[in-house]
Amino acid sequence: MNIPTSNVQSSAESGAKPRERKQRHVAEEIRGKIYVYFCVLLMIVTIFSIVYFIASRGLAPFVSQGVALKDMLLGLKWKPEGEPPLFGALPFLFGSFATSLFAAIIAAPLAFCASIYMTEIMPKFGKTVLQPAIELLAGIPSVVYGFVGLSVIVPFLRDTFPGQGVGVLAGALVLSIMILPTITTIATDSLRSLPNGLKEGSYALGATRWQTISRIILPTTLPSLLTGVVLGIARAFGEALAVQMVIGNAPHIPHSLFESATTLTSIITLEMGNTTSGSLHNNALWSLALILLMMTFLFVFVVRMLERRVKR
Amino acid sequence: MSEHAFYTKDLSVYYGEKHAVKKISMDFPDRQVVALIGPSGCGKSTFLRSLNRMNDLIPGARIEGEVWIGGENICDPGTDVVRLRQKIGMVWQRPNPFHKSIYENVAFGPRYHGIRNKKELDRIVEECLRKTALWDEVKDRLHQSGLALSGGQQQRLCIARSLAVRPSILLMDEPASALDPVSTAKIEELIAELKKEYTIVIVTHNMQQAARISDKTAFFFLGDLIEYDDTNRMFTNPSRKSTDDYISGRFG
Repeated sequence: MNIPTSNVQSSAESGAKPRERKQRHVAEEIRGKIYVYFCVLLMIVTIFSIVYFIASRGLAPFVSQGVALKDMLLGLKWKPEGEPPLFGALPFLFGSFATSLFAAIIAAPLAFCASIYMTEIMPKFGKTVLQPAIELLAGIPSVVYGFVGLSVIVPFLRDTFPGQGVGVLAGALVLSIMILPTITTIATDSLRSLPNGLKEGSYALGATRWQTISRIILPTTLPSLLTGVVLGIARAFGEALAVQMVIGNAPHIPHSLFESATTLTSIITLEMGNTTSGSLHNNALWSLALILLMMTFLFVFVVRMLERRVKR
Repeated sequence: MSEHAFYTKDLSVYYGEKHAVKKISMDFPDRQVVALIGPSGCGKSTFLRSLNRMNDLIPGARIEGEVWIGGENICDPGTDVVRLRQKIGMVWQRPNPFHKSIYENVAFGPRYHGIRNKKELDRIVEECLRKTALWDEVKDRLHQSGLALSGGQQQRLCIARSLAVRPSILLMDEPASALDPVSTAKIEELIAELKKEYTIVIVTHNMQQAARISDKTAFFFLGDLIEYDDTNRMFTNPSRKSTDDYISGRFG
């Protein structure tokens, strides 16, 4: 759209022939295209090589090293150096799901309330105090969360409930604080982007603030709110360090919230250093990484589905 | 002259330091259409919004003066805003149906004022959709989303929605300015019909529309009420020069 005007200007300035000018524009276009395409290509290559690398290592135990997929997904015993070696990863899967789902159950209501407070009830205080505070939570390194969990939450649980304090609940509590900013930020954005007319329409019908929030605002933004929750779960699922510090790292399925368990990520970080590259044990850990990757894809997929519902 | 439905006395609205509406006293005759005209930013929408206390929702807005509706000054801090807004319906420039079915859009208000009976709700929904001439167009798809309707239908749905809480006054803020001429004509017909039962206050930028549909017209300028008279007289023989200039398009 701007080309004609720029043509006029440049011809006035340089007096170049029309054909030369056209060639210059074409060259400029091509240069821009090459740059953008190169960046995109680099990104695609990176992503695919990571996926390929994880898949090639992670599939090796099943393809060439005689481990059955079923034994890994459903097996209860993890003895990679045993005779015969056992690779039952169900306890880790269970631990990962239990901690991240529990974390979401704890964090989601808090996050929703916080974002409603920030957008509907006290917008000024919310924007100047609460929002920066919550964003700050996102910037704290996970090792600090783990440390705080270990020195505050674990002793508290140990003194209050049966068990050692370390366990699923401790992990879920630490994770819930970690994913609070994710869910809150997304929920706040979606509540802010709600057209003002909807709220006014509800108030003008004589609805109270609570009726407006519960009957109009929340149902209308529900898909976006759920997107936030799923992203929160995804983040919790992939978190290794903080959980590992408080969950106890016992490779079995816990019978209660106060028993220690472990997660996919913790087992990878714990054992990766003790294996040699290419060994069955090492490859089995890559299989766990592959499972993590698959779960991430699943979460992204769910988010996409939710977003499609928003648009409709 | 019929008796008035409500009146304002020295009504002022401030946004922070800005004096947006300046000491306006107007009376609104029962079951007539009053059009508020004037250039953008003249305070007519703000004035309209203060009649059902919608300005409460805007941080920094402050109201002074009195609005008397049914023997009650609604600017009094003790006013039950929920009940007030039940008596005064409001329709905006942009249709804003809820993300719910057509039926639920209309049933929203009555439901939250305590009507739970399904038959009663059905009756109200049908009655309101008939009043807005929407019933025949949507009766087979009451449970489809209100957002699937065309812009003009959405606007009529919003009018039906506000009628459902049985108001006696309807406030309309440029209800047709986002619509095409055919839909606009339908809304205007509707206003002429609704006038039999409701007192209507309408803000419009469309001079011909004001002339066509209103009984009285008020001209606002920079927060002041310049002139308020029968529409006929306003458009043929206004007493103020600025009114004449504005109506005949010499400024604004």
